[in-house]
Amino acid sequence: MVSKEKVKNIMSKSDIGIENLDKQMILDIIKPLKEQPGALLPILHNIQLLLGFVPDMVVPIIAGELNISRADVHGVVSFYHYFRNSKPGKHVIQVCRAESCQSMGAVALERHVKNTLKIDYHETSSDGEFSLEPVYCLGNCACSPSIAINDEVVGDMDAKKFNELLENLRTKPEWIGSL
Amino acid sequence: MDRFAVSIKIYVPRDTTANARGANKIAALIEKIALSRGVDIKLVRTSSRGLYWLEPLVEVDTDAGRIGFGPVSDDDVLSLFEHKFYIGQPDHHLYLGLIEDIAYLKNQQRLTFARAGITDPLNIEDYKAHDGFNGLEKALRMSAQEIIDQVKTSGLRGRGGAAFPTGIKWQTVADAPAEQKYIACNADEGDSGTFSDRMIMEGDPLVLIEGMCIAGLAVGATQGYIYTRSEYPLACDIFNDAITLACDAGYLGENICGSGKSFNIELRVGAGAYICGEETAMLESLEGRRGMVRVKPPLPAIEGLFGQPTVVNNVISLASVPIILDKGGDYYKDYGMGRSLGTLPLQLAGNIKQAGLVELAFGTTLRKVVEDFGAGTRTGKPMKAIQVGGPLGAYLPESLWDLPLDYESFAEAGAVLGHGGIVVFDETINMTDMARYAMEFCAIESCGKCTPCRIGSIRGVELIDKLRDPNQKQQRQAHLQLLDDLCDTMEDGSLCAMGGMTPFPVRSAIKYFEEDIDRLLSVVDSH
Repeated sequence: MVSKEKVKNIMSKSDIGIENLDKQMILDIIKPLKEQPGALLPILHNIQLLLGFVPDMVVPIIAGELNISRADVHGVVSFYHYFRNSKPGKHVIQVCRAESCQSMGAVALERHVKNTLKIDYHETSSDGEFSLEPVYCLGNCACSPSIAINDEVVGDMDAKKFNELLENLRTKPEWIGSL
Repeated sequence: MDRFAVSIKIYVPRDTTANARGANKIAALIEKIALSRGVDIKLVRTSSRGLYWLEPLVEVDTDAGRIGFGPVSDDDVLSLFEHKFYIGQPDHHLYLGLIEDIAYLKNQQRLTFARAGITDPLNIEDYKAHDGFNGLEKALRMSAQEIIDQVKTSGLRGRGGAAFPTGIKWQTVADAPAEQKYIACNADEGDSGTFSDRMIMEGDPLVLIEGMCIAGLAVGATQGYIYTRSEYPLACDIFNDAITLACDAGYLGENICGSGKSFNIELRVGAGAYICGEETAMLESLEGRRGMVRVKPPLPAIEGLFGQPTVVNNVISLASVPIILDKGGDYYKDYGMGRSLGTLPLQLAGNIKQAGLVELAFGTTLRKVVEDFGAGTRTGKPMKAIQVGGPLGAYLPESLWDLPLDYESFAEAGAVLGHGGIVVFDETINMTDMARYAMEFCAIESCGKCTPCRIGSIRGVELIDKLRDPNQKQQRQAHLQLLDDLCDTMEDGSLCAMGGMTPFPVRSAIKYFEEDIDRLLSVVDSH
């Protein structure tokens, strides 16, 4: 596994996007993992950790390295909700839609989030700041409703708290990770 | 220097929910203020006790035992110091007294969660000081069959939801001849209202490692996988650290404790697919494929991961094994009732005042749990329905809250205990919304292999929309009949519990709360 720290370091040094992606970087991820049994998911995870998504151009590279068909790789990428094939916004916001959160007003919350961000699920705001995804349980059901921002779970969410969060995300980048 | 300054241990949990309520920040503030005031403290990041409504719950060591303060907000930290909380002084408004005396905790029977909130999850010495590795050390001196016999005696049944006897599963794998066998731990805890697997992985990862090792010794497997969720990043980090620790300390890897036996564990992460909590879909995913359900037979115990005999057990099942081996199967089976033996870690969630983890012997009533432990709803409004056992569990009306929590009683009532999740709803909920959501969830998460689940769930959403359409009120009975037929088809014709049990919440929501069909539509079809 590429460690999260290592990935964070790479990400902080340059804005790695599809435009300056080189094949060698993808091979560097695949090579240490390819011999282990059932390597495809760990490989896809590391690619998404590094790039923020799984671009279509990596599919044939992975297929070649694992000696499976491109259809097999594409099938796996498209099966799992977590893997995305387009670049996400700077912040990925996940809103929990599951029962426990619904019991505490998640339906109203998701309406508020969508109206505020002016996007629907699986969309990215036009300024590239936010992507919105539904999630089915964050395991934080003791303080529902929950959302996650860039993997950080926040509970007891309501419209007011969400607005404050958003304001902090927009104005204080250093605030992330200090929840 | 403060004249009370001695190196005092202060405990702050490191747990997803505690952090979501601010524990990281509180921990940092405590260290900062202690430094500035010259109070010599040692901050320990423990796991959570599971008394989540009190998080962030700060504890201090005193001669009488651990004293708690909570829930602590940022603004409270300075005043805690001013009131010398670190010597357990009782005059702060957040003072809770001795943690062990809090009724919520005192009235539980914590076996699997015996160390929750007490130990540092990543400290081997701490773990050993609290009975850690006793089970493994005993297992290493036993024959494989003796280990399996202890598990059989304990009466332990799968805590993932299916409640299959663990000992019998292990026997099947042990008896299957193969060069390579596997232990696959199912930590794909996708049920809404459940978090006990997460709590083990974050709070007591070594007990799970120990349980998996014992399972490996019992069936002759040398490789274990634990499959968890991408939604649990903290659990992944802590568990991976625990694997490294256990290997370094000789409790995992080659030649465990000098016994000549070996067992390795690798953590694998899913990618947001609820269906991968189904055991065969999980195996497919571990093999690097789409999480498509397999047809059974062959059972995974005979042909499982990579075609080899595989024990697939839930986290809680495996984490219950060390205490069974340590104290004996007879000790464990003394808890519980009927054929449901031992304890079940219940998770109180949703609209409940005192949400958290409640580990109890089987047999308590649901009402007792939500009233005595849960203390009613968080909104203060009357409870209307309780969903037990996750998204595939029935919604229970008040008339069924006196059911004892045991597998057989629930099955008789058309309900399931599942993984022990209890989600409470107040009177504002529209149960027809919840029936529709159950179908919608099935449509989103179905693996698509079998038609009753893949198509049935979509037809189910449409039917419920028709059912509540005021313009189609004359056809109400026909729609209800059709929904009933559809549920029959899904129950009888689906390959796995996803399609086969989605009718449970649907049917119960319609049957017990039929009046909600005509209540104002509130669902926004937002997916």
